[in-house]
Amino acid sequence: MDKQVTLTIDGKLISVPEGTFVADAARMADIDIPVFCHHPKLEPVGMCRMCLVEIGRPIRDRATGQFVLENGQPKIQFLPKLETACTNRVEDGMVVHTQSESAKAGQKSTIEFLLTSHPLDCPVCDKGGECPLQNLTMAHGAGKSRFLYDEKLHLEKRKPLGELIYLDQERCIQCGRCVRFQDEIAGDPVIGFDERGRSMQIMTSSEPGFDSVFSGNTTDICPVGALTTADFRFGARPWELEEFPSICSQCPVGCNITINTRREAAADGSMVIKRIMPRQNETVNEIWICDKGRFAYHYTESKGRLTRPAIRKDGKLSRASWDSAIKLAAENFAEAGKNFVVLASGRLANEDLFNLKSLADHLKGDAVLYSEIGGGELTSAIGISPDTNLGEVGPGTTLVVIASDLYQEAPIWYLRLKQAVRRGATLIVANPRQTRLDDHASYVIRYAYGDEVKTVHSLDKKNKIGEAFTRSENVIIFYGSEGLGVEGSAALASACAKLLNEYGFAGKPNNGLVGVWQRANDQGAWEMGYRVEADLPRFLRGKVVYLVGVDPAGDDPRLAKALENAKFLAVQDILESATSELADVILPAQAHTEREGTFTSGERRVQRYYPALPVLGETRPDFAITAQIARQAGFIQEGTSVSAAFDILSETIPSYAELSYSKLAEVQPQWPVVGRGDLYYGGTTYENKHGLGAHLTTTASRGENVHILRVHRESAPRPQENELLAVPVTRLYDRGTTVLPAKVLKNRIGKATISMHPDIAERLNVKNGGLVKISFDGHSGEALVQIDKTIPAGVVTVPRSMGLAIHEPVPAKVK
Amino acid sequence: MAFVVLRHRDILDIKKLEVYRQNGGFEAFQNAVKNLKPDGVTQVVKDSGLRGRGGAGFPTGMKWSFIDSKNWPHYVVANADESEPGTFKDREIMESNPFQFLEGVALACYAVGANSAYIYLRGEFWQLAGFLDEKINELNDAGLLGAKLFNTNYSLNIYTHLGAGAYICGEETALLESLEGKRGQPRVRPPFPPAVGLYNKPTIVNNVETLTNVPLIIQNGAAWYKSLGTPDSAGVKVFSLSGRVRKPGNYELPFGATFRQLIYEHGGGVLDGRPVKAIMPAGASSSLILVDEKALDTPMDYASVRTLGSDLGSASIIVIDDTVSIDWVIQKTIHFFKHESCGKCTPCREGTYWMMNIAERAHNGRKDPADVELLHAVARQMQGMCLCALGEFATMSVVTGIDRFPSDFKNPVNLQEKIV
Repeated sequence: MDKQVTLTIDGKLISVPEGTFVADAARMADIDIPVFCHHPKLEPVGMCRMCLVEIGRPIRDRATGQFVLENGQPKIQFLPKLETACTNRVEDGMVVHTQSESAKAGQKSTIEFLLTSHPLDCPVCDKGGECPLQNLTMAHGAGKSRFLYDEKLHLEKRKPLGELIYLDQERCIQCGRCVRFQDEIAGDPVIGFDERGRSMQIMTSSEPGFDSVFSGNTTDICPVGALTTADFRFGARPWELEEFPSICSQCPVGCNITINTRREAAADGSMVIKRIMPRQNETVNEIWICDKGRFAYHYTESKGRLTRPAIRKDGKLSRASWDSAIKLAAENFAEAGKNFVVLASGRLANEDLFNLKSLADHLKGDAVLYSEIGGGELTSAIGISPDTNLGEVGPGTTLVVIASDLYQEAPIWYLRLKQAVRRGATLIVANPRQTRLDDHASYVIRYAYGDEVKTVHSLDKKNKIGEAFTRSENVIIFYGSEGLGVEGSAALASACAKLLNEYGFAGKPNNGLVGVWQRANDQGAWEMGYRVEADLPRFLRGKVVYLVGVDPAGDDPRLAKALENAKFLAVQDILESATSELADVILPAQAHTEREGTFTSGERRVQRYYPALPVLGETRPDFAITAQIARQAGFIQEGTSVSAAFDILSETIPSYAELSYSKLAEVQPQWPVVGRGDLYYGGTTYENKHGLGAHLTTTASRGENVHILRVHRESAPRPQENELLAVPVTRLYDRGTTVLPAKVLKNRIGKATISMHPDIAERLNVKNGGLVKISFDGHSGEALVQIDKTIPAGVVTVPRSMGLAIHEPVPAKVK
Repeated sequence: MAFVVLRHRDILDIKKLEVYRQNGGFEAFQNAVKNLKPDGVTQVVKDSGLRGRGGAGFPTGMKWSFIDSKNWPHYVVANADESEPGTFKDREIMESNPFQFLEGVALACYAVGANSAYIYLRGEFWQLAGFLDEKINELNDAGLLGAKLFNTNYSLNIYTHLGAGAYICGEETALLESLEGKRGQPRVRPPFPPAVGLYNKPTIVNNVETLTNVPLIIQNGAAWYKSLGTPDSAGVKVFSLSGRVRKPGNYELPFGATFRQLIYEHGGGVLDGRPVKAIMPAGASSSLILVDEKALDTPMDYASVRTLGSDLGSASIIVIDDTVSIDWVIQKTIHFFKHESCGKCTPCREGTYWMMNIAERAHNGRKDPADVELLHAVARQMQGMCLCALGEFATMSVVTGIDRFPSDFKNPVNLQEKIV
């Protein structure tokens, strides 16, 4: 434990860790010192002068170093001036007065100064009701203004910093929290101050404006209504909103979120989601979320929701009862035997995946995870162990990221790794092209697409990188799917797992293998024993397929063709899709915002989410639909209670054995304290009252033997002379069905863009931003060209889920 | 008496390296590097009683001794951002006696173990920066700067750097931020630059005039320097005299010379023979001195000026006679500080803007006693609240102006406005 320092604040004797700032020490002791510029996650600047207090320090005798006593007590010396609580660190014997006449006068003065420029348009301000300035004005402000109304500055009230974030220059109090967040935490210093003095204003220096995937967080820590999101701006008043704890379903990080809803006339009186806010979990996302998680929630309100069961009759889909739909599905599944395939999405809850897997097992069919990344079974064997916390790793820990662009694929992991480096961890980034994490890496390894396994084998060589790896106390490897398909990523995972196992970086906290999956609960599927299929089109032909939460037909014409040639298709989903068009039976499911359940994050933390919206139409939760099909097929599954379903799961799947549904809802005190009455301190992030989740065990951490099969893989295909090697890469904002309905993200999603080296562009005679035709594997599409000198020559990167059906490296022609 | 700092007034071509060297130039530096320990140089400066000439008057040798010797490298930065209204001494020193200044920089570097020094010049001094670059090149060519000086292991390089036109960059931590390429805004102190300065390394920031004193102190000894000036304020000071005087300009006098001597003996007295009404001894940052016979006979040193309820600061003496209304003066100073406030801290950013509104309103006719009272209250409210000294300085003339010249804030004030 850190050395403790004892001081007195307002007569209360408290002990806090050495190095703590007075403002934070007061917060720990539940004493309010108002702040604006200070934020417990940011470096102190002492700008706003709101936290002025009287600070007394004991006088020490110069010769002896002992306290000078007066009436038996240490003699305390106060400076003639007030001091900022946010920049002064605690000292033994310090005496702080936050409520003395002079301290109160100082606080009152600062509020008065701030209000001279502030428009006081609280009645129309989005922040009104959860505004630190409003609250502190009520607490410390004078009732009457001495500033002449006519002399108020009038500035721009709707200045878009980008299309996602708007600035109200009149409301801004120049505390710089947003600028410092972007600089210190996000590592995207794209906003700053322009001009000086009273003319000082926030501006953006990037094109497009405010080009950061973390921009929404600035609206949470903005202590006034200066920064608002385009999505929520003038959308609702905070006090009208209801709050429901949830888990973000957009990527494997598993950020804790709060869903704010309101009943709305504009939506015919139904409940709608108004905004997504971060919810504190210091072991997962701290108090931040990325913009995709914040803005891409609109799909659940999409007009294309499936709301009632349907059965294909005479070639057309027509409305059916649940009973008949379930019966039809069950009959076909049972008849199929070995030809029965569950093709499930990693967006489903653990309980859904569990029931689906046991249905497939019972019918002797196959359970396949719809994913382009292989090797996940190894994360179940030597993945991250219990008690791992990326928020605390530092010196002695080496973090390796290979074949993944975390900024695009799992932004909060990018942020956590970047902060770990600041605390002293070693970071090795290996990728064929430059990624955002390179800037923070201790070592960057560039390899050619196809050389992933070779690169892993070189990690323990006798050089600086090898030393950083082998001599580390702890190693965590993040592997991804940059330029890889199912087989390539499986080979990469195997190589990583072997290396970790060989050096003992497994089975203990802060060690192990992490897959940078495509979906929120891919990890859960791997834990349940799902596999992935490298050649889905061939595999699906002639099968009876139970498609749950997936749209293969929409993703790839070859898959659409395969499904057309399947024997029977049961489609269980929340949205209409190209796949549901082909269905023999449609089973409408509830979105994760409408039900409860659990996800297993990529860090193997199981977390609960709760219903935020009422059930839509006749939809049912996935696990219940599956249970009803199972029952029809003569097999009992839990289909009514998620809690009971989870407990059965935990009895069956070894890595979940120590968990229970109620354990996932346990909370512990977290630092910093956020989300309470003092919104000025941490921002509008919600406090976590509904569960921090719990870690799974691994085969290694349970002390069982780990077997790692060596996966052989052909190296990347060699393109012909007039061809390029097209490699799949993942972008944050893609045209996936859960992203595209968010209109606010339209410009960020943009068009399919392929990247290539300038030399290649010159050879092909294409310009930056030009439109080209790209064809591979008998399939072609149009794309914009981005010229990027960090892309290796001979290669063209093709984004996944942007309309070009790329699954693995493949020779391509570009015209 | 021979000039100490403005030596070009005695030796016309001292800006030529050969002339400077003929007059003992760089002997002190060479001797120090070859024969003295760095601590020895610091000790001489400490013993001399030299105090910082930038305004705060902090003992220079003591500042040097604060340099954190556990953290390397060290830097020396010469503050040549001379921006205080009424201050124009550093410019003359650098233009006319550049080598003595540069030798002072070199001695400071040797004393604190710095191998690099930066001269931070205000943006308007771009010609001067070019001129200094030439002089630095001459020193490099002459082997007086560069690697392994005088066959020792000590190396030193000096660089010039131009600011971009902000008064606040004269504040040492804002200067360091600007030098690092960031916005010129002050840092929270402590830590002070000798512990955490340029690029977070121990740094000594000294004013140009301060450094220019150093070569002669090392050459002639601490006792010689101490014999000039007063016990409280050793040595000589360049007083920048301006305002309603007949002969404005820089005057180098020993500390302890009186205001009367400066204004009447050297400055030729007040224009039109009018009486002195007020003195601003530290440029726009001054507390206004209400001038009477006793004030005129007060010695100009740090301690004595304080007895008049003011501070000597950078000793830019602005003389105000009875044709000038104080309400106009403070309206001007507030306007300046409002324009130069960096905006980082609330009381200064908002307070200067607020004060400017009230002062303009009060000056432009509508002299509502409530406004004058409010102006005074706002200034008082800013005091002790600001992040750096700029905000505090902005209030000095306001509070002392209203307190000491109350009649100038009452209707009607029929004084003719004159340019100060």
